[in-house]
Formats: sequence, C-alpha cells, structure tokens
Amino acid sequence: MQQFVNTTLSGLAQGMVFAAFALALVLIWRSTRIVNFAQGSMAMATTFVALALIQAGWNYWAAFAAALVSGFVLGAVVERVVIRRVEGGPELNAVIVTLGLFVAIQAAVAIIAGSAFQSFPAPFGLRGFTIGENTIALTPNRVFVIVAVLVTMGLLVALFRFTRVGLAMRAAAFGQEVARLLGVRVGRMLTLGWALAAVVGSLAGILIAGGSFVYPAYMDSLIVFGFVAAVLGGLDSPIGAVVGGLLLGLALSYVSAYFGGSSVVNLAALVILVVVLLVKPGGLFASTAARRA
Amino acid sequence: MSDLQSPSPQTMAQPPAGNPATAAAPASTSSRKGRIPLPQSTLLRHLLAVLVCAVAAVALLELTDPFRNSQLATLSYYAIAAGGLTVLTGLNGQISLGHGALMAVGAYTTGLFLSADEPLPLPVIFLAAIVVTSLVGALVGAAASRLHGPYLAGATLALAVGLPGLALKFKDTLGGEQGLRVRAPRAPDWFGDAIRTISGNSASATKWLAYVGAICLIITYFLLANLVRSRIGRTWRAVRDNDVAAELAGIRLGSWRVLAFVVSAACAGLGGAVLAIVVRLAAPSAFSLVLSLALLTAIVLGGLGSLLGALIGSALLVFLPQVTTDLGSAAGLDGTEAAQLAPFVYGVVLVVAMIFAPAGIVGTIRLRWLAQRAKRSIARESGR
Repeated sequence: MQQFVNTTLSGLAQGMVFAAFALALVLIWRSTRIVNFAQGSMAMATTFVALALIQAGWNYWAAFAAALVSGFVLGAVVERVVIRRVEGGPELNAVIVTLGLFVAIQAAVAIIAGSAFQSFPAPFGLRGFTIGENTIALTPNRVFVIVAVLVTMGLLVALFRFTRVGLAMRAAAFGQEVARLLGVRVGRMLTLGWALAAVVGSLAGILIAGGSFVYPAYMDSLIVFGFVAAVLGGLDSPIGAVVGGLLLGLALSYVSAYFGGSSVVNLAALVILVVVLLVKPGGLFASTAARRA
Repeated sequence: MSDLQSPSPQTMAQPPAGNPATAAAPASTSSRKGRIPLPQSTLLRHLLAVLVCAVAAVALLELTDPFRNSQLATLSYYAIAAGGLTVLTGLNGQISLGHGALMAVGAYTTGLFLSADEPLPLPVIFLAAIVVTSLVGALVGAAASRLHGPYLAGATLALAVGLPGLALKFKDTLGGEQGLRVRAPRAPDWFGDAIRTISGNSASATKWLAYVGAICLIITYFLLANLVRSRIGRTWRAVRDNDVAAELAGIRLGSWRVLAFVVSAACAGLGGAVLAIVVRLAAPSAFSLVLSLALLTAIVLGGLGSLLGALIGSALLVFLPQVTTDLGSAAGLDGTEAAQLAPFVYGVVLVVAMIFAPAGIVGTIRLRWLAQRAKRSIARESGR
C-alpha cells in the first residue's frame, strides 16, 4: 500500500513535468502546425545556462529567471530565423528542420559545456515528508515542481483569456488570413508563441533537472514523453496536454514500479503512444475530426 | 510533400526516360548525338551498373590501405540502411526516426546467430537478420501506415529511444550496457586466393569484411533500383504525392505503406547485420537517436528518394567526423568536444539543406540539368 502511494505521488510529480513539456509542444502546434522536436534541446540549453550561472555563484532563483529569459529569447530567435522559412510548407520539411535543430543545439552544448554528467541543485529539500512514522515520496522539491507547473498554467490561461495579446495570439493561430485582415501582426504573434513555448519548455527542463544530473542528452526521453503526453490529450488541446501528461506520468511510474523496472519505461511510452494513435488518433480531447488531404 | 522530390527518382547511371522524345525513339540511340548508348531495358541497364560498381569496388578496395578499407566497410552499412530509408521517406513520404533501432534488431540477431558453437553460413545469418527485422518493420509499419508527418516522426522517435532499452532489460542474452560481442566470421580460403590473383595483396579480416559489405551494398542497391522503377515504386510515389487520388485509383494505401516500411526495414536489418560484423559489437549506445538522425541527414543531404544521393550522404557520415574532429582538435578542443562537432554539422546541414535546397545534392543537380535540357530543346524546336 505504501509503495502504491509513493508510486502514485512520484508519478504525479513526474506527470506535472511531462504536462508542462507537452503544453509547450501544444502551444507551438496550435499556432504553427509544427511539432517542435527541438524543444528538448532548447530546454536543455537553457538549463545549462542556469547551471553555468549557479556555478558562477549566482543565487538559484536568479539563475532560474535567467534561464527562462534565455528560453524566451532562444524560442523567438529560432522561430524568426529558421522556422519562419518552413512554416506553411510541406510538413516533412518542418519536421526535418526541427530535428536538425535538435541535433545541432545538443551538439553545440556538448561542445561548450562538455558531455559529462553534472549535478544540478534543487531549490528545496529532497527528503520526503514524514507522516506518522512513514516517509512518503512527496518531497518539498516535488511540491515546488507541482506548484510551479500549476502557476505557469494559470498564467497561460490568464494570458490567453484575459489579455489583448492573448486574444491576438489565438486569432493568429485560428486563422492567419482573417487575423491579418483584422490588423493582428501574425508574424509577431507566431514568434511570441514560440518564445512562450520555449519558456514553458525551459521550466520543464529546470524542474526535472532539480536534484538530479544534467548532460546534453538528458532531455532525449523527455521529448518522447512530452510528445506522447501531447498526443494522448490531442495535440490541439492544452487541457488535454495537462491531463495526458499526468496520465502518462502515473502510467510510467506504475510500469517502472510493478512491470519490469526503469529500462522498459521508454518502451512503455512507445506502446502507449501506438495504442492511442491506433484507437483514438485524435487523442482524448480532440476537438475536431482528423483532417485528410 | 511533392516538392521534396518532384521528378521521378533516378538510380545509378541512367538517363531519365520521362522525355517523350526519348520514349518515341526506341533503339535509335545512335541517332542522338553525344549520348552513351545504353540498353533500353531497365534490368539490363541496372545489371550494367552493377558490373561497373563491382569493378569500381574491387579497384577501390585493392588500391586503398586497410584503414580506408574499414572506412569503406562502415560506408557500406550506412549506405545500405540509408538506401532503405530514402525509399521509405523519398518515395513513399513516410519519415522514420526509428531506423537506428531497426539496425539494432539486425545487429543483435546477427550477433546471437554468430555466437552459436557451430554458426550457420554468413548469408543464412544475414537472411535471418533481414527476416527478423522485416517482421519488426511490418509491426511498426502497420502502426505507421495510419500516421503522417509529425505523428509518424514522434512514434518512430519513441521507437528509437525505447527499443535499445530491451538490451538492458534482457541483460543475460543481449549483454546489457556493455553490449554483445560479435565473433566476426573468418574469411574463406578461396577469398585469399582470389585477392592474391587479382591484386597480389594479402587478404586480411578487415578486407574480407569490407568485401562482404560491398557485396551486400551492391545487391541491395540493385534490388532497390529495380523496385523503384517497377509498378511497386510507381504505386509508392502515387501514395506519396496524393493519397486521396491514389485511393480513388484503387490503391490500398495501408498495405502499400506497410510494404514500403517492410522493404525499408529489411535494408536496415541488413545494414545492422553488416555493422555487427564490422564493428564486432552490438551495444545499445551504438544505436542511439543520433544514428537514426545521422541516417536522415544522409538521405536529406544526398536528395530524398535518390539511391545515389543516399550513397553520397553516407559517404559524408563516414568521412566528415574525421575531418571535423581533426579541425576541432586543431582549434584547441579536447577529444570528446571535438567528437561532437560531427553531430553539430549534421544538424546544421539538415536545417540548411531543408531551407535552401530541399531536393538535396542529387535532386538539385538533376533539376538544374532538366531545366537546361528543356531550354535546349525549346531552342532547337524554335530554330527549326
């Protein structure tokens, strides 16, 4: 029973990070119809920025903020310089370009920072809370992860619901031509969308790094998990991404605890993805029927 | 998608047959000036190409030192897998980031078969690797046939990241993180004699493996070249260019997509088998995502759908890391950092090629050439 509770708790915390990452993918998919496979590398790069600043003696929170800001800049630059040229083109071209970015950024970080494992500090304790005499798997750091993701989601909802910029971004994502006719600077909105998505991705990167090790490839499986979570919820739906992330976090946590250990977790994600795509290709929260041709 | 590879893909050394003037003048090749007379039959033409390539391969392997020989063996397994991938992505429009994992299936199968006390003959083992990988490919292809674009990329990405985990899970048979040592097969006696008569060189194990790779490569490309020029290849292109129209024409999209995946997986399996005997090790770290993406780089750079392009791209994969590592060391990077320059270049090449020359090296040159020829023939028509 205690193991079940602990597995569930760690699954939820893990799922929150997947949710944040999936949300970043969904934000980009909604506005540009591109799955950003470079998301993981971009998040990894900003985490290394934070790490470098912490090693240079910065306070954790200052480095945290600096990483998010650098994520914003990186996302905007990538969209404006590279992605803009393949937007609206054949979907395979965009996929290949984001994959190229994925490899290039990862290798660039490895050249600059080295491929070694480096420990990344956690802002809060890593010892579980004690209830009675049992120590549960909920650590102060995990609480921070969950709260941070929830706050980010709240801010995003507020942005899209209640601000003019959010409205313009929704308009640009909904119909570029119409939005342009109504005076929305669509290009700017797309850049902003990529920048925001990169911030959310960076957040996920830092959160999952906390109290653990970072190396240039540490986000490789997270990009898969984020994609699976996003597809699980339907690539179009932010709420779906969050629910999908939580479900996937729980599922993988149970697989790791009860069926075969951590080496098959990636494979379990593949199985879940294939089952979802075969049974309900639109995801759990699909708003529109699948489009053809 | 259609602008990835607009003209019908060419293979080896043959003139395009799309021009009505060519088609309308059978057997009268001698009447057209400045053209090498080639057989009209595709099969004969491809057999001729095989002959030329075989002679070239022997010459290349005999004139170069053992280190180059082993590099050429590396080239052969990359090129075999890339050939399969370019057929899948270029001709049928399905992207796969999982070909590294499929190569792993072929490599582990070969390793397991070779570890037997009395191993089967090498061709049988290779066939077994091909069959096993094809079965896995059929499974993946069945799921993949319903997906497109980013969904397919994501699913095969999950395959590439997930499948090597099996090697860790089944440590006892598959060797875990350290991998499975592969006993490279010894060269038969006739091979040494043959080499001595041809060039006077002595036959080494490296040379034998390089020849095995070259033979597999030539056979694979011969079969693929015929396949893409056949009804099957045309059907794949129809499925790629307009699936709705293809379906209306009575083509069952699903089964054709699965077939493309199976053929492509078979090539990846053979590539993995050759890799296993050349590297003499099948380890999960060799089949990381980087391998899958490197294969993708090779076919994108060479030109999607072109076998010649896949070969050129594979050559880049083999020779570029050395150049960049040397450059990196010269620039003052240490070994591990310099080794990362190659993937960096792959990534940049993918982005730059897709933005500025989506048709790749072969495709861009061919487009130029076709445009020139069209211009010339217009000039000739109007001058008449």
